[in-house]
Amino acid sequence: MVKYRVEVGPEAYLPPSAACAGVVLPDPGQALIAGEVVHEDVGMEEAARRFLSAKIPTIFPGPLVLWNWNEKSVKKATAIKAMYDELKAHNPEALLIPMPDYRPKYPKINPEVEINPNHPNLTIWHNKIDVCMFVGVHCHQANLSLKIIRGGTNCYTIAMCAQAGHEDAMLTFRDATPDKIWMLVEAIKDVKKTL
Amino acid sequence: MDKIKINDEFFDIMPPEYQELVEEATYGKEDRGWKDVGVAKELIEEHSLCAGCPESIAFRYVLACLPNPQDTVMVGSTGCTSLVFPHVAIHNIHSLFGNQNAVASGLKRTLALRFPDKVKDVVVLAGDGATVDIGLDMTLQSWFRQEKFTTICFDNELYANTGGQESGLMQKGFVGKMAPAGKKFDKVPLPEIARDSGCHYVAMMTVSKPNRVEKAIRNAILVAREIGPTYIQLYTPCILEIGKQMMEGLQEMRDSEGPGKRFEFKEYISDEAKVFLDEVDAERKAKKKALRAARA
Ligand SMILES: Cc1ncc(C[n+]2csc(CCOP(=O)(O)OP(=O)(O)O)c2C)c(N)n1
Ligand code: SF4
Repeated sequence: MVKYRVEVGPEAYLPPSAACAGVVLPDPGQALIAGEVVHEDVGMEEAARRFLSAKIPTIFPGPLVLWNWNEKSVKKATAIKAMYDELKAHNPEALLIPMPDYRPKYPKINPEVEINPNHPNLTIWHNKIDVCMFVGVHCHQANLSLKIIRGGTNCYTIAMCAQAGHEDAMLTFRDATPDKIWMLVEAIKDVKKTL
Repeated sequence: MDKIKINDEFFDIMPPEYQELVEEATYGKEDRGWKDVGVAKELIEEHSLCAGCPESIAFRYVLACLPNPQDTVMVGSTGCTSLVFPHVAIHNIHSLFGNQNAVASGLKRTLALRFPDKVKDVVVLAGDGATVDIGLDMTLQSWFRQEKFTTICFDNELYANTGGQESGLMQKGFVGKMAPAGKKFDKVPLPEIARDSGCHYVAMMTVSKPNRVEKAIRNAILVAREIGPTYIQLYTPCILEIGKQMMEGLQEMRDSEGPGKRFEFKEYISDEAKVFLDEVDAERKAKKKALRAARA
């Protein structure tokens, strides 16, 4: 059987979940690129490269980091904003678009100001986003949303997951702490120097 | 009260509705009530019910009168109300049609275990089809078991969301769009069944008088918190199915609540709940008096 790779879409109206296609989650210290296990440092460099070569690099912070609900969320918010500032300094087209909650909002969302896991493709299409990162999005919503993005858009997805990682993203980290987010900020700075 | 905040780094990128929610919502306001409807951000600005549907104002009153909104979880069921829940800034769970009181039972028990030092209220809000027909087993069993949460039924006397089928709460003789033979049986006396099944506070009314609705909802939630199950039945006529215009909902309610009418105000309170509510009332009066004295 050909090994399933988690690649940039648009793949299909209903792409399979990567887990059903045999992709397994990384262990601590590892990351996944296209469904393959790599060392986390390799993932950091790849994420930095993808972000820096994107036309519209975008960070989608979810409820777990948007809302001030514990000390960790405050620290993560600072690191995420620093990452966005790095990207924006490199590319003024960079975007920071919140996912405030998961309501299936009707009649519509404004794709310029927010993203919603039930219709993530609208925000991605509207803003022509080609590389994005999910951070602070609860797992079940992230998986749903990442699959929709893979199915219907040509956007490269990165997940900075605080739990075991998201096999439905093209690149996933796991156990995201504030320090790990800062590691990615540093990786972006390092890769910038080589450009 | 410590209100939820947005992290500073992200305040300016949040959609304005969330900024306003954080700054202006009535969470934590002790005397919140129906008078906040129309000015408070979180009390449903938009809804997906038919224009003029009395469920929309009933829903707003319920939300405005929750004594502890930041620590309340509502459990809904399929029907017209389930389309409103996505617009609501209160934790809520959509349960499978009819299962709402079973889901609420588990939820209430889990919250009590998980947050032993906090008051967490659970409030079911469902249509009459969900409460009295398909979910009747779950409704009654939760009352028999003395589960400590409030059940609110929006009684529009039929299955509105699916086009007007007959429900247990439909009045005898009524001909629905999908019940052409006419209802052959009496309206199920659910308030009496609730009383006899162990509910400690039961009230039935229309939503034409917001003060009355407010008092009933507060009583029901406080009694459920301290003593046991409570039940409220609100007449929210389906104007679409009974052939009324969107301005006629209020009059329909007024016409149905007079002496001897289907929705004449009813309240049943257990002895235990009576003692408790008297205490609550006395406390509230004392507080008010002290406040007035302090101001003078
Ligand atoms: C398990 C299940 N059975 C049936 C349905 C179909 N269904 C959807 S809404 C509805 C009627 C709801 O009636 P009611 O509870 O009275 O609420 P209303 O719409 O009148 O407010 C039904 C039968 C469903 N969604 N799920
Ligand atoms: S169908 Fe009836 S109950 Fe449902 S929203 Fe319309 S008027 Fe209200």
